[in-house]
Amino acid sequence: MKFDTPATTNPIDKLKVVGQPTDRIEGPLKVSGTAAYAYERHDVEPKAAYGYVVGAEIAKGRVGSMDLSRAKSAPGVITIVTAQNAGPLGKGNYNTAKLLGGPQIDHYHQALALVVAETFEQARAAAHLVEITYVGEAGEFDLAKAKDGSKPKPINGSPPDSKVGDFASAFAAAPVQVDATYTTPDHAHAMMEPHATIAAWRGDELVLWTSNQMIDWSRGDLAKTLGIPKEKVRLNSQFVGGGFGGKLFIRADAVLAALGARAARRPVKVALQRPLMINNTTHRPATIQRVRLGAARDGTLTAIAHESWSGDLPGGKPDSAVHQTRMLYAAANRMTATRLAVLDLPESNAMRAPGEATGHMALEVAMDELAEKLGMDPVELRIRNDTQVVPDGASEQGSAPKRPFSQRQLVECLRTGADRFGWSARNPRPGQTRDGQWLVGMGMAAAYRGAPTTKSAARVRLDTTGVVIVETDMTDIGTGSYTIIGQTAAEMMGVPLASVRVRLGDSLFPVSAGSGGQWGAASSTAGVFAACVKLREAVAQKLGFDPEKTTFADGQVRSGNRSAPLAQAARAGELVAEDQIEFGDLSKTYQHSTFGAHYVEVGVDPFTAEVRIRRMLAVCAAGRILNPKAARSQVIGAMTMGAGSALMEDLIVDKRVGFFINHDLASYEVPVHADIPHQEVIFLDETDPTTSPMKAKGVGELGICGVSAAVANAIYNASGVRVRDYPITLDKLLASMPLRA
Amino acid sequence: MRAFSYERARTPQDASIAVARTPEAKFIAGGTNLLDLMKLEIERPRHLIDVNGLGFDKIETTQDGGLRIGALVRNTDLAAHERVRRDYGVLSRALVSGASGQLRNKATTAGNLLQRTRCPYFYDPAQPCNKREPGSGCGALQGINRQHAVIGASQACIATHPSDMAVAMRVLDATVETLAPDGKTRSIPIADFHRLPGDTPHLETNLAHGELITAVTLPRPIGGAQIYRKVRDRASYAFALVSVAAIVQPDGSGRVAFGGVAHKPWRVEAAEPAMSRGAKAVSERAFTGAKATEQNAFKLPLAERTLAAVLAEARA
Repeated sequence: MKFDTPATTNPIDKLKVVGQPTDRIEGPLKVSGTAAYAYERHDVEPKAAYGYVVGAEIAKGRVGSMDLSRAKSAPGVITIVTAQNAGPLGKGNYNTAKLLGGPQIDHYHQALALVVAETFEQARAAAHLVEITYVGEAGEFDLAKAKDGSKPKPINGSPPDSKVGDFASAFAAAPVQVDATYTTPDHAHAMMEPHATIAAWRGDELVLWTSNQMIDWSRGDLAKTLGIPKEKVRLNSQFVGGGFGGKLFIRADAVLAALGARAARRPVKVALQRPLMINNTTHRPATIQRVRLGAARDGTLTAIAHESWSGDLPGGKPDSAVHQTRMLYAAANRMTATRLAVLDLPESNAMRAPGEATGHMALEVAMDELAEKLGMDPVELRIRNDTQVVPDGASEQGSAPKRPFSQRQLVECLRTGADRFGWSARNPRPGQTRDGQWLVGMGMAAAYRGAPTTKSAARVRLDTTGVVIVETDMTDIGTGSYTIIGQTAAEMMGVPLASVRVRLGDSLFPVSAGSGGQWGAASSTAGVFAACVKLREAVAQKLGFDPEKTTFADGQVRSGNRSAPLAQAARAGELVAEDQIEFGDLSKTYQHSTFGAHYVEVGVDPFTAEVRIRRMLAVCAAGRILNPKAARSQVIGAMTMGAGSALMEDLIVDKRVGFFINHDLASYEVPVHADIPHQEVIFLDETDPTTSPMKAKGVGELGICGVSAAVANAIYNASGVRVRDYPITLDKLLASMPLRA
Repeated sequence: MRAFSYERARTPQDASIAVARTPEAKFIAGGTNLLDLMKLEIERPRHLIDVNGLGFDKIETTQDGGLRIGALVRNTDLAAHERVRRDYGVLSRALVSGASGQLRNKATTAGNLLQRTRCPYFYDPAQPCNKREPGSGCGALQGINRQHAVIGASQACIATHPSDMAVAMRVLDATVETLAPDGKTRSIPIADFHRLPGDTPHLETNLAHGELITAVTLPRPIGGAQIYRKVRDRASYAFALVSVAAIVQPDGSGRVAFGGVAHKPWRVEAAEPAMSRGAKAVSERAFTGAKATEQNAFKLPLAERTLAAVLAEARA
């Protein structure tokens, strides 16, 4: 199905199942511990051997020598895979550094060997007997230093620099200016389930049960890495215990399990050890961002500039922190610039709302600083500068007319939030509000995230008992994909959700959009929609009904005054339909985006400068919400992650050695329950017929955009201390806090 | 984890002798710290002697009205004990501010005293650490040391002791009771139990090899407002940047010990006469000779401010 004209009324609009707050259908399996994740697929491979990864102990250089003799003779050891004996290996399209290093070492904890043994304990013990000497080389690990040698790099396929009007002159002439530099640290995905894989060879075919967000990308990358045809690789990720972008690509567990299984001639399972994960896998890169805002006295922005620097290994990509600045506020004169420095730290890559998550941390604090200089309410400042067209459009499309947003309810989000949060009670003068001993403050931020869609296929079966079975390689990384896909099929086929079975995450199934970039929900359900349209036609045909005039409801198929139970159509044999949704030019005609507003209240302890979040509210305008319960879970999870990056999350670089020192979950702190207060989420009523037949977008990444800035702004309002270097830990506040002893 | 042998001790004396005669033997009780370290091969015992069955799991009143806490009393049980809550509130509060519920259910009184530092260089076997590999150097000294000691450290080690419980016991003047392999018992004042790093940071206590902790005793209660205030980077389940254990009497006199600042719970009795003059006076004396790094210099004002908060709470 090609989607190239805005959707009209379709069966989804009935909203009997879609749009209803629905418990996740795989929930009982998860809470009872019976949902088998990759490492636990004893049902398919009960006798896998165990692999344990040996990571490099230097950041850059090469292996001097590697002595495997003690490890090989250790109890239970079956084989040891290294670059020396693995045979030639390619590199996947989506990987920057090699997943099996040696002799060259590109980053700390890059995998150098996999020890395979009969038991996990034997593999681990033997791994400690692998003796490696290193020849180290000097590397660059300090973004602030490497920044000067950085180079322009495109972001998301668009040029590194954007320019509209004459920023320099307009900024110089602006009566009110903000010019501030913000820094954000490296962040870890820190998902609960580590990267894990069981690999088995069936002749020349490779089967992997793994934990992955993008089945088809990873299938291709695995084939490329191993030098085998893509058709010979099968991937299954039926459950994924969190990804956040860290599992968009294959990682060392998948490649090493495959190599280990080949060498051991039996299935091998590998989970990346937690202490290895931080430096072995990818992370969100640190940024240095300079934001300059120029405004007239009435708050009208006349000049906006946003420059961002980040680092990555050679051949890597920059963080696209400037992206939202091209989209969010009107101003006649503007520029953005993205620069990438070469660093020898582990590989930078996508993490939840890559670019926007960090970009809002700068832009939306700069807006707060501007509001204060203007003596203007921060909400009103944002409303004053709203736009219904893409403000950077001229730079993207020459002199063509500026592109409209298909939907843009930013102002409604801001106003609704202000009203619901009690924003009018905020004292704009910082450090003035007390509740008992606590200094209390409120902060807010706008939120922007794109709403991309991408082609997605599904197969739908009507079995002989009338059960509808959906198959697609879409993944559910905790987001609720199983449920919204089931809801879509149920709505389309006119059956209750209980009559639908959803099978996901297997490369045997049609290729879906996968989970990433906030495109998964809208795209994958649209693919199921397309397949269901075909199945409806097949059902009508089978029953001898006119497909054009057939309706599906309550398990019945009706056409004129004829009706039949849906199951009847498959009585003689299962009906199968397959289709994919392909998206035309509507996303070029219209800018598809999601918008939101975050409101936060914090308390700051006047003695210790400890910060405690007291209330959080998010208002989201993100198209049709397919399952308000799952969507809310996505947003409160994202708000929690935003609280983490505001207050504590920080991969700390030892710039002498070149690694993240806090490489476990004890020392890389993410919020615990006690850090997170009551969270409220409001979804504005919105359907967007230009995005997909589902009229939906996504919320999983919108939810984090702006949260950290709202926290930072609330801290400023509470304490009067402006911190521009995240995370805002108490040591950065302390020196400027008045002592109240 | 290296292969190890395991035995269950039948008597305290057997346990002590079993460890003493094996150079690479260790006691195991709750195992909440030891097992993690064994998995990373930071601890590499060849032999473990399980002391869980030795019956040191009671809390009893001593003759002078104090409390004798068995070495195996779990942190959860100790924190919840009626007399601890009533008479030694600082201890109960310190305990519940540490670790998580699950860990406290398992962790023991003696094990808590013996837990090892959380320095990230100690935890990464690829990095130098004099505590893990004597003579290999200290990664933290010129590296990342925001969490590290601001006083009592050495050129060999600037790690902190991670326990909350021990800080409260220090302010309560607890005594550690032990049994040696030769059957002799001794009582070690908590002040003398932990060591400063000096040139031997791998030696963290003054216990001899094979010497088994049997109990910790607390002197008779001294009343006062008993407060434990732990300051950290998140609200729960994190080690202290700074903590304060204080007992403040109605007349303003009192005692104070600090956590998160040194290789052992930090208490300077000579600073305590200044309690009634406020936090600044006390901390100036308690931290005389402090040597902070650029990254952890904030701990000194933080310690003073945290004490100020505690004194304000005591007055309230």
